Amino acid sequence: MPNQRRLGTLTEPIIEGLIRFCGISAILFVIGIFFFVFREGADFLIHKLNLKEFFTSQEWYPDSPSNKRYGVLALLAGTASVTILAMLIAVPFGLGAAIFISEFCNRRFKETFKIVIELLAAIPSVVWGFIGLTVMNPLIIDLFGAPIGLNVLNGGIILALMSVPIIVSIGEDSLKAVPDSYREAALALGVTKWQMVYRVLVPAAKNGLLAAALLGVGRAVGETIAVLMATGHAVQIPDSFLDPVRTLTATIAAELGEAPVRSDHYQVLFIIGILLFSITFMVNLIADLAVKGIRKK
Amino acid sequence: MFQKTFRKIPTLLTLVALAAFILQLGCGKKDENAGATTEKISLQNQGSDTMVNLAQAWAEAYAEVDSAVSVEVSGGGSGTGIAALINGTVDVANSSRKIEKAEKDSVVSRRIKDIEKKLGRNMEPNERAQARQDTANKPQEYMVGYDALAVFVHKDNPMEEITYEQLAAIYSAEGKTTKWSELGVKNAGCPNDEIIRISRQNNSGTYHYFREAILGKGHDFKLGSVDMNGSKDVVELVSKTPCAIGYSGMGYATAGVKILRVAKKAGDTAYAPSIETTLNRTYPIARPLYMYTLGEPNAHVKKYLDWIHAEAGQQIVKESGYVPLPKDGAMSGETPAQE
Repeated sequence: MPNQRRLGTLTEPIIEGLIRFCGISAILFVIGIFFFVFREGADFLIHKLNLKEFFTSQEWYPDSPSNKRYGVLALLAGTASVTILAMLIAVPFGLGAAIFISEFCNRRFKETFKIVIELLAAIPSVVWGFIGLTVMNPLIIDLFGAPIGLNVLNGGIILALMSVPIIVSIGEDSLKAVPDSYREAALALGVTKWQMVYRVLVPAAKNGLLAAALLGVGRAVGETIAVLMATGHAVQIPDSFLDPVRTLTATIAAELGEAPVRSDHYQVLFIIGILLFSITFMVNLIADLAVKGIRKK
Repeated sequence: MFQKTFRKIPTLLTLVALAAFILQLGCGKKDENAGATTEKISLQNQGSDTMVNLAQAWAEAYAEVDSAVSVEVSGGGSGTGIAALINGTVDVANSSRKIEKAEKDSVVSRRIKDIEKKLGRNMEPNERAQARQDTANKPQEYMVGYDALAVFVHKDNPMEEITYEQLAAIYSAEGKTTKWSELGVKNAGCPNDEIIRISRQNNSGTYHYFREAILGKGHDFKLGSVDMNGSKDVVELVSKTPCAIGYSGMGYATAGVKILRVAKKAGDTAYAPSIETTLNRTYPIARPLYMYTLGEPNAHVKKYLDWIHAEAGQQIVKESGYVPLPKDGAMSGETPAQE
């Protein structure tokens, strides 16, 4: 017994240190990743990149034999269009499902639903991409008369399905965080359940629901392989949701393997990485601030 | 509290051991390779996606010829294969284009850097010049067959033949053709008449070859083409898209697509890709396929390459849908048809 105690006093600080390290490591990794991504692209970013061309030109010719041009406008438009469409689909569905699971569903179904939705989150993105490529492509051609089924619509639907689980689980958590006294007070005033949801619960949980939607956006912006397979990978600003597009992430995935290390092309791909990192960072930061907003109230 | 922590130590230790084990698995590959020299020799073969089916067929057949050697094939694109050869991670690189001068140079400078590292000092200029001359540091080229690039449309498309000018007008950045009707084709399966251009991602040898052969040196593709990541994907997508046109190796043809006959100029006879038309140079879009080694190959690699050039290896070229080397022994780097 005293022996054990001595060992305990010895191991305690070690384990404490280990746990502390685990806590800090996440921060270290984020900083480390940003540092390395930035370092790879920094030289070109500072010395050679024409920022105006980078953001306003849609001419993406990284390996042109005569005139290399690096304009990401079309890629940004691709990412934006697919993300916006995905959110138009996923946010109503996700929040609706969250409200249903948290308020209307009986307890037995609730657990089953949650498991099924988590299962949706567990499907690997390459499988989603495969579904987009083989199932949705002919379906979209048939249903919409589109010339090609790999387009914004296809990518948007796939991304929506992928971000729904995040939106549901965070949305449900934030609804659960609304104190029961709110519900009781509302019901005591004689409102219907639906009135209680949209007059009391949704306003009370609105920051959390906003955060859920924004995290869904972050997921959609960062997704790579599924959109690479489903959007058609074509550099153009889409006129309609039936046009194929190419996203920032898909460009990195498709081209980084070949780009000679430290070449301009390679560095520009890393600059796209910085751009993506900044976008998702901003989205997550806003989501975080929104969640903090709840706690203050 | 202390006791609780103490009891958890074995769990922690197990976790650490598990982590170490997983890491070990991750690094295990290296050990395998080192150990393999005593039992089974594994040749690493990487590169062109166009050639990946062919390379795999060779590797499988060769396993029966020489059971002591296993050839491991992977794709990724010609550029990826050559980059791997430069980095020394593969024995043989497959390429559907000739190695570029910049790539050759980077092989040599990489080797010089390696030697300097070993020496622990910088080389004298004359030593460096000698290292540059040393053939052991230079990539060796082996022509192993030809690939005829076919132009595919959907099987219901009534078009039968196409010219270089039409292809350039469709694919080139300066080209103006966007509708099937502009080619004089009534594509009934494609209600809005739009030509969907299917192309390849820009690390593909096929992409580079098509750009140079059809669009001409120094020209770019029109943006907005649907860029697929594999030879097979192009044909697959064309077979599902009535409005599409695409290019890929003729070996990838399926029942869902139609191969167009190609003419260099309007008015010329158009030819469909085949072994005969490739070898007698009447089919214009054909190119040689290469394998590269770093310096003179070792005995095992040499035996493999010799086998590929022999009857058995060339038969597999034919069976895989590519064009074998002509019988009169063509080890030269001569290109058929164009230039």
